Amino acid sequence: MTGWLRQHRAALRTALQRLWRPSGLASALVIGIAVSLPAGGYALLESLRALAGRATLEPQISLFLRPEAKRAEADALGRALRADPRVSKVRFVPREDALKQLSAVEGMGEVIASLGRNPLPDAFVVTASEHALEPLAADLAKLPGVAHVQADSAWARRLGALERLGRLGLWLLAALLGAGLVAVIFNTIRLQILTQREEIEVSKLIGATDAFIRRPFYYLGLLQGAAGGVFALAIVAGLLAALNIEVRSLAESYGSSFRLAFLPAAGAGIVLAVAAGLGWLGAHLSVSRHLREIEPR
Amino acid sequence: MVSFSAVAKRYPGGKTALESVSFALAAGELAFLIGRSGAGKSTLLKLIPAIERPTSGAVIVSGQNVGALQRAAIPYLRRNIGLVFQDQKLLYDRSVFDNVMLPLSLTGQPPQEAARRARAALDKVGLLAREKSNPIELSGGEQQRLAIARAVVNRPALLIADEPTANLDAESAAKVLDIFVAFNQVGVTVLIATHDLALVERFGKRVLHLAEGRLG
Repeated sequence: MTGWLRQHRAALRTALQRLWRPSGLASALVIGIAVSLPAGGYALLESLRALAGRATLEPQISLFLRPEAKRAEADALGRALRADPRVSKVRFVPREDALKQLSAVEGMGEVIASLGRNPLPDAFVVTASEHALEPLAADLAKLPGVAHVQADSAWARRLGALERLGRLGLWLLAALLGAGLVAVIFNTIRLQILTQREEIEVSKLIGATDAFIRRPFYYLGLLQGAAGGVFALAIVAGLLAALNIEVRSLAESYGSSFRLAFLPAAGAGIVLAVAAGLGWLGAHLSVSRHLREIEPR
Repeated sequence: MVSFSAVAKRYPGGKTALESVSFALAAGELAFLIGRSGAGKSTLLKLIPAIERPTSGAVIVSGQNVGALQRAAIPYLRRNIGLVFQDQKLLYDRSVFDNVMLPLSLTGQPPQEAARRARAALDKVGLLAREKSNPIELSGGEQQRLAIARAVVNRPALLIADEPTANLDAESAAKVLDIFVAFNQVGVTVLIATHDLALVERFGKRVLHLAEGRLG
């Protein structure tokens, strides 16, 4: 093994020893808590985006006919819809199919059985060729036989806007907490340098280069950041598991198997890498500021 | 090996530690630097490993002008100089053996080779039996000998000692000086500062007299 590699290994070993102490682990935990906030928020957003993704984001309008309308009226309406250039797709949902879909929802089976007759109307799901839904919806509402019009992709688009807002908020939070992380490590490294004052002075006296003296501190910062990242991921996993207990029952009541998902592997990797990188940065700033002051006298 | 040319050291407060000091120390020579406390001995010695920089004049060590050295080059200068101070600057958070290993870990040597050298140095100063002890357990004389072992473990060409026998009884002081003489006999250049004139006269080596910052 070359001397250079040996020195790095020694520095890394020293840093690990310093990390594996109550003070080292406590700092890592603080960082973990701080990093868990944007990381957890990111995991939540990703899960919600998957949820919103199930709802179609195509511009769609649901048309409900009057309950008394006959099938002939529905056919005429269907022809009129297909003729409209602003409409790209038309799907007819007869009342029998609608009833079947509704009975599949938990708890509805008995309700429907007790009703006797089918209360649901025939319906059309119309996909528009452009996003200007409101004018089209208003026009379609005037067609004969139409009792109610619902431009129901509006809520999905609102969800998308909320998601972007959430993402922006997360970035700001992450930037703030990232700065906090750098400050925490700056301080722990400063304290470590002070603790080792004598050793540093003696090392400089007998001919240690700046690089030799700095190396263990850089590794310590890197390791604390990385350990903080690991703690953060563990915290997020724990929180998601706790939340999922409730989410599971809520989703099942909607007939869904939705769960809050953990960060994707790439996302988790980025969290660790960024935390370690910021740890290195904190160490760099601290070492640059504080090592110069310790010189043999 | 070491030469001073009209070296002066003045501190910002107005105190003049050294004034126009000139001398040359040949390679392999052993010399004593004599003077009362406050005469400037420590300052003179500190100029050699660039712990202090001269206000004027030139300090040349192994052909290099120390006063003009870049910060990055200073560690390499110091690796070739063994330093022993009155306050030995030992590390009490580790064993005697680890103290001597410190200079060797700087240069990234293989651990077995480094351990061998450390033990050889401890053996030369007679401390091999105490290698596992903590320096705090050693007597004053033993601590000084440990400082010497650390200073010589990297086989420097130049050895500098500032009052190495100051707090020692006559017997320990003699032992310590014998070690310096032994190193000198294998070719190490040695410069020892002391105020103990009587001790020095016994050796019959070159003596540099420093008084009020001037070499007399």
